[in-house]
Amino acid sequence: MSRRQRRLALIGSALAVLAAAAALVLTALRDSIVFFHPPTEIVEKAIAPGSRLRVGGLVKEGSLVRGEGRSVRFVVTDTKTDLPVSYAGILPDLFREGQGVVAEGVLQADHSFRADSVLAKHDEKYMPREVADALKKQGLWQHNGADAAPSTQ
Amino acid sequence: MIAEAGHFALLLALALAIVQSCVGLWAGRSRDAALIAMTRSAALGVCAFVVAAFAALTRAYVISDFSVRNVAENSNSVMPLIYKVSGVWGNHEGSVLLWVLVLAAFAASVALRGRDLPDVLRSNVLAVQGMIAALFLAFILATSNPFSRIDPAPFEGADLNPLLQDLGLAIHPPLLYLGYVGCSIAFSFAVAALIDGRIDAVWAKHVRPWTLAAWIFLTLGIAMGSYWAYYELGWGGFWFWDPVENASLMPWLAATALLHSAVVMEKREALKIWTVLLAIVAFSLSLIGTFLVRSGVLTSVHAFAVDPARGVFILGILVVTIGGSLTLFAWRAPMLKHGGLFAPVSREGALVFNNLFLAAACAAVFIGTLYPLALEALTGAKISVGPPFFNMTVIPLMAPLIIAMPLGQNLAWKRGDLLGAAQRVQLSFAVAVAAAAIIAAATWGGPVLAPIAIGGGVWLIVGSFSEIGARVSRGAPSALASRLIGLPRSAFGTAVAHAGVGVTVIGLAATAWHVERIATMRSGDMIDVGAYRLRLDSITPRTGANYREDAARFTILKDSAEVGSVVSAKRIYPIRQMPTTEAGLWTHGIGQVYVSLGEIETDGSVAVRVYDKPLVLLIWLGAVVMAIGGALSLSDRRRRVGAPRPARAPPAMAPAE
Repeated sequence: MSRRQRRLALIGSALAVLAAAAALVLTALRDSIVFFHPPTEIVEKAIAPGSRLRVGGLVKEGSLVRGEGRSVRFVVTDTKTDLPVSYAGILPDLFREGQGVVAEGVLQADHSFRADSVLAKHDEKYMPREVADALKKQGLWQHNGADAAPSTQ
Repeated sequence: MIAEAGHFALLLALALAIVQSCVGLWAGRSRDAALIAMTRSAALGVCAFVVAAFAALTRAYVISDFSVRNVAENSNSVMPLIYKVSGVWGNHEGSVLLWVLVLAAFAASVALRGRDLPDVLRSNVLAVQGMIAALFLAFILATSNPFSRIDPAPFEGADLNPLLQDLGLAIHPPLLYLGYVGCSIAFSFAVAALIDGRIDAVWAKHVRPWTLAAWIFLTLGIAMGSYWAYYELGWGGFWFWDPVENASLMPWLAATALLHSAVVMEKREALKIWTVLLAIVAFSLSLIGTFLVRSGVLTSVHAFAVDPARGVFILGILVVTIGGSLTLFAWRAPMLKHGGLFAPVSREGALVFNNLFLAAACAAVFIGTLYPLALEALTGAKISVGPPFFNMTVIPLMAPLIIAMPLGQNLAWKRGDLLGAAQRVQLSFAVAVAAAAIIAAATWGGPVLAPIAIGGGVWLIVGSFSEIGARVSRGAPSALASRLIGLPRSAFGTAVAHAGVGVTVIGLAATAWHVERIATMRSGDMIDVGAYRLRLDSITPRTGANYREDAARFTILKDSAEVGSVVSAKRIYPIRQMPTTEAGLWTHGIGQVYVSLGEIETDGSVAVRVYDKPLVLLIWLGAVVMAIGGALSLSDRRRRVGAPRPARAPPAMAPAE
């Protein structure tokens, strides 16, 4: 092969791999990204039931109900709008009423939410960033010394 | 007083780092012996002062000096000593200090390394290292001073995050930092080459051992982090495609590509510009990883405290370092002498294939990790890109590598013979197909892809040694042993490291047979999981040094015979009022039974999550094997530039190292 052909072969194969990678990334992005919404946005933007999404907010005080087996129900609130959530499984260690939570799952036709995973924050100082932002939007965020913590009273 | 001395040591280190970079650049131009010597001394001085600062902070932790804010916020007098020490880097300030410590230590070892490193190259490398060190020292002093005091000092510290109170914290961050920061040496060599406008095989020969060392640490650090997450977080997963994990995977992919492209450069003087670019990219990705983790833009267990000033500062460092080096690259790279081209079917061609796919996989991970941040910054929409994205992109990009790896190893330099290579791996291929067929037959009706993936792993393990086999089996069989010993150690290093990939692939494939069961249990209840049956014997409260726990003891039965027992606990750390789950692990061979507890109800019942995980340990053992391969390669005498050439001595005289 001449120098020119070799160079073309190299560049051609590099482009082919890149194109394949780009195609993979684009299809995967289309199929597998999940949007995050606080409860108010779900109502305001009229998110269609059946879509897969993440919701986040505070677990409403007194809303946790344990049902049959390991099924639980609780209400996620951004204090303006409440969203009932059902979940079957073991809740994370730091799941508590009045604290921040993010749930991923599917919005049901009756405007409840069926979660298949529930994430709580990682330590007692820390709040999922999405939740903190959503609460800030509602004007409920209070800075309290060095540790930013939302007011839950 | 000692804390203030530590603070002052950091200031001195900053001043010396600036000296190191300015004098180093000047020495690189003037080639003045005194300036060259001064650059080396400055690098040693920076290292000494950073060590002093780190020692001062460690002392504050060990003696629980709560007048130092950092200690008061992250330690506690009742914590075991090991966690007090590892707590030094279990927080933002301390971990950045550890980062700088590793950086300074690497620079000092470049300064000390043998006479064979050309003086100009060394001065330029140290100059670049000095710049990076100065930026990070300025970051510490401006935004993250670990030595600031509180007055009045509290009686008791706020305790370390319980998730971090684990041996993993003592090992994982230092290993990972050695890997991240080790990439800075390759970066400095690349920038030094661009400054000097000269790059050759000697350059590649010097870069490889550093990159290899960084890669070994990175491999071990990632594996250690993964195993730690696996047993500490209590959900049985070992890799979550969390942005922070990706932040460590991206430099690993780039460093792996760099290792391979540097071989091409060393042997054939080709791929020069690409190698320089990879060296820049690998360290840039390490920096981006540091930014993602430390700036608080991500929701993660790794994001300690969130302070926007820090994020902006790190972003500034990022822009200066990455932007500066890429600009230099764009300006100077065209001036570097081009290397030769080569035939597509050859060892070099195979290594380019490797680089293409590793780079593509790295790009896919990069997009998946940063796309949500970019989208939020641009449109305000919040999205998450989860495991499905990464599985859909990274696995198809890795599969061709797995198939090609043994073939590529068997191709000759310059002009390879694909048919000949295929013949040499025939046997390995047959073994792999047989393994896949046996597994498929034994698990008929189960997962379909997993037996194929196991075949891929076997293919890698057996095929990696096919080149050694082919080299040894030529000629008289009586001299087989001496030929085996006569092979360069790096040949074994390559084979072992590639086999390690195969081991990990088998471990990953076997996750298809993991069984998960969740149940609510009381004392005496049984649960079946996979081949095992677990009996909950008792739940007893216990007290540790700084926690209380309810420990559930299980007996493990197989075919109604007792084979072992495991304890899983639900802990509460009262100082932070934070509960954790301590998973119980019962290891049998290379498989594990994993038990973690949910909430313990007032009626004595407890939600239990049990997994049977056959072959799970292979995932991490594979990484250890990879690292051993890297170490073998690193110990090859030929790698030590300037060392006497290995004598082709009879085996009895071979050096026993």
